[in-house]
Amino acid sequence: MASLNLLIGVCLAYGAFLFLVAFGAERAALRGRSGWLRSPAVYTLSLSIYCTAWTFYGAVGYAARSGLEYLTIYIGPTLVMIGWFWALRKIVRIGRSQRITSVADLISSRFGKSNLLAVAVTLIAVVGTTPYIALQLQSVTQSFAVFAAADPSARMGDETRTTALWVAMGLAAFTVLFGTRNLDANERHHGVVMAIAVEAVVKLCALLAVGIYVVWGLGGGVAETLARIDASPRLGQWHVSAGRWSGLIFLAAAAFLCLPRMFQVLVVENEDERHLRTASWAFPTYVMLMSLFVMPIAVAGLTMLPRGANPDMFVLTLPLSQGQTGLAVFSFIGGFSSATSMVIVAAIALSTMVSNHIVMPIWLKLEPGRGAVVSGDVRNVVITARRISIVAVLFLGYLYYRLSGGGAALAAIGLISFSGVAQFLPAMIGGIFWRGAARSGAMTGLAVGFAIWLWCLFLPSFGEGVVIPAQVMQHGPFGLSWLRPYAFFGIEGLDPLVHGVLWSILINTSLFVGISIFSFPSPMERLQGAQFVNVFQHSASPRGWEGGTAQSEDLMVMAQRLLGAREAQLLFQREAARQGVQGYLPEPTGEFLQVLERELSGSVGAATAHAMVGQIVGRTAVSVEDLMAVADETAQIMEYSSQLEAKSTELTRTARQLRLANEKLTQLSVQKDAFLSQISHELRTPMTSIRSFSEILRDADDLGEAQKARYAQVIHDEALRLTRLLDDLLDLSVLENGQVNLNLARVRLRDVLDHAVAASGADRGEMVLHRNPVQEDVWIETDSDRLAQVFINLIANARKYCDADLPELRISLRREGGLMMVDFIDNGSGIETGQQGMIFEKFSRIGEQKAGGAGLGLAICREIMARLGGAISYLPGQGGAAFRVVLPQERAIAAR
Amino acid sequence: MGKSVLVIEDEPNIIEAISFILSRDGWRVASHSNGVDAVEAVEHRKPDLVILDVMLPGRSGYDILRELRARADTDQLPVLMLTARGQTRDRVLAEEIGASRFMSKPFSNAEVLEAVNALIAP
Repeated sequence: MASLNLLIGVCLAYGAFLFLVAFGAERAALRGRSGWLRSPAVYTLSLSIYCTAWTFYGAVGYAARSGLEYLTIYIGPTLVMIGWFWALRKIVRIGRSQRITSVADLISSRFGKSNLLAVAVTLIAVVGTTPYIALQLQSVTQSFAVFAAADPSARMGDETRTTALWVAMGLAAFTVLFGTRNLDANERHHGVVMAIAVEAVVKLCALLAVGIYVVWGLGGGVAETLARIDASPRLGQWHVSAGRWSGLIFLAAAAFLCLPRMFQVLVVENEDERHLRTASWAFPTYVMLMSLFVMPIAVAGLTMLPRGANPDMFVLTLPLSQGQTGLAVFSFIGGFSSATSMVIVAAIALSTMVSNHIVMPIWLKLEPGRGAVVSGDVRNVVITARRISIVAVLFLGYLYYRLSGGGAALAAIGLISFSGVAQFLPAMIGGIFWRGAARSGAMTGLAVGFAIWLWCLFLPSFGEGVVIPAQVMQHGPFGLSWLRPYAFFGIEGLDPLVHGVLWSILINTSLFVGISIFSFPSPMERLQGAQFVNVFQHSASPRGWEGGTAQSEDLMVMAQRLLGAREAQLLFQREAARQGVQGYLPEPTGEFLQVLERELSGSVGAATAHAMVGQIVGRTAVSVEDLMAVADETAQIMEYSSQLEAKSTELTRTARQLRLANEKLTQLSVQKDAFLSQISHELRTPMTSIRSFSEILRDADDLGEAQKARYAQVIHDEALRLTRLLDDLLDLSVLENGQVNLNLARVRLRDVLDHAVAASGADRGEMVLHRNPVQEDVWIETDSDRLAQVFINLIANARKYCDADLPELRISLRREGGLMMVDFIDNGSGIETGQQGMIFEKFSRIGEQKAGGAGLGLAICREIMARLGGAISYLPGQGGAAFRVVLPQERAIAAR
Repeated sequence: MGKSVLVIEDEPNIIEAISFILSRDGWRVASHSNGVDAVEAVEHRKPDLVILDVMLPGRSGYDILRELRARADTDQLPVLMLTARGQTRDRVLAEEIGASRFMSKPFSNAEVLEAVNALIAP
């Protein structure tokens, strides 16, 4: 007999195994070895979170109560998958091109990035998903209870509740760990998806194992089993209520598209659109296998188990009653898998919505003006918000479980949840197929549909008389009999579920369509509408920003907070390169801002990203809309005008780039001109002191010894300065003419840095140095003297020019894409954006002339790095002055 | 009571050299080493003569001279300009603005002495 302790042990071991799977997958993804993570098989298996504990246990119960009707739950999604080309492909394409993070994001983004709509969808999703999570907790608890009943040594009482609580807490921990590890711009969770795929295999195998045992072990083969089904009084009959069947099929299909967790795996976690093609036949096959043995198990349970046994638990109680403990435990693990995978994904999906659409907008409001740029790390806020949301969502599920008493049949709760999220369907499908769909229509339809659902389905689900008094159920509120929850407008005799779904969806759709027709969508909505409906024609992004006053550096600071420094720098560099601009700061063109906004929306959602970019660009969406409204009579005109606009911006940009090039040329020619005069100045200054003091020594005969020695010292120092200057000039001219000989040798980077730190005197304690000796343990083949010369220059500059009270210099190393990067970042006030382009020019000095520098150091560094096959650049937006030295990898070999 | 001179120059060694030469000649020497508030320094010290470097941190010597010439109390103040550039157009510019005398670096000590004494001769 399986003791409860054994069962708990198995659960814990299984949980630990999933941890390992998720952890391994994350590691593999991090190392870029994620080929097999991105296979269509994993995608298909992850879709199987559609088959929750409700399917695993509940389908048999459903079959035992209502015969073949359970099939409707599978037919709906199967139809959607088979017809993938029609709707799913479009949703996935939109999701990918617009970087949609959730179903709320999709609807809000479509209807003009409306945050109000996002909040509404989020709230409905939370309310609609809560019963479903409760359902999973209930099924796990029930399955524990089944084992407890069979275990004489265990006492089961209050412990059922404790079980649910423990399960909820365990799931919260797992989800927080793997669902919020990193704020990925694509919102993908490799670890979680992998764990779910594994669970999908486990639950399928478990159900098949029970089925095979029932048919061949107990039933004596296929023929006999079929005969027994025929003989069964309830299952043998083929009674189909056309209304209820089509209603249920519709509901399941709608839920498949609208459930937040399904949206998460279908769209958000989708790595490749082509996976849909595989899933379109593989997923129906999976579902078919899941449903294959439902009838045999149900019939065996009805005939072999005592009357009154809970049909929802046949999958467990059948093997147990036959003493097949091992099989029962396997079956239990299958049910456990179904429940946990659903809860994990649902919690991730909901927490993304809550944090992006409720927490972040509030947080942004609370920090007006400075939100995006100055205040602390936004990533931490987002991640904390998600973690709290996950815990809250699971707690809500637990609360519903406690309140509803865990009484109602599994299938009933599941259907109520389905019909709640099905309210998204009109706005979603209308949004992607109909350009006339308007925000006000979507909002009203959703709100009213949701209210009807609450009244007719959700509140009565707690049980008669719990929330809605029995009297109201009978006669309607305030005596308004046409508002009776089960008989709207006095139409009686309908199945309560069909009744609720019919009315809520019907009224929702009518309001959505009606109000959309009679309202005029705002320009932003029309733009987004065109983008969504014609996603296959133009995969360009929606226009939102036109260049102007945006400060690229501020944008960089914000982007680094949200995307992480590395991602942000890569993005900015890529965009800059695309525009043909050197360095890290692209022109804030409309195009660039859109790319940026879309990247950011991966982290915080479309509406928030729009608001954040708006804060920095100094414009809000309103003025963009105003601008657009001028050219907004029909969508066609607008598309045409936006093309024209693109052309004219391009012209403006070309002109701007020409002007910049011209400015730079003028600047260079002025500099060239100034070059001689500069050299003259740099040479004459020390010579002045030398001449003057040597004349004093020559002419004045009354000098004391100390005075003589001092003046001789001045002459000596100035002569050295002169020599140094001439050396620098010669060095530069040699480097510029390419006549330099490199002494290539293998050296350890740490040694080069150690040498540079000592030579520049930075080890004397006036400046705090942060280094990472382990990182620096890299062997490279280079000219170590030349490289050290560059490092010395950068460190010495930091010593001279860092104006912080407690100067600090951070030297960090990174290898990336064939290059090795050494960053030198101090905590001073850095270099102004306008001057960043000039600092590598000869004789350019920033600010005051200090410590006798001639302004040649960085020019020499640039030449040296070019000779060494690398580069040196200024890294904006790091808080202080920041220089990046890039070395080529061909010569860099990692320490073994 | 010797005459007073204000040396506006940012190289400490050059300040020291000029101070030495002039104080041996009986001048009271003060110095100021940045351009930003050089005019205020002149207002404050009211020297009999100013030695002004062209390349100063914060503000160019030409700008300072322009402002001195624009003020009623300093428009006649003798100013000896020093420059390390030594090109003709620097000299022309200095004379246009109203420098009393222009000298390029490196200078000979005797030349400086001769120049300052000539400038305050009645």
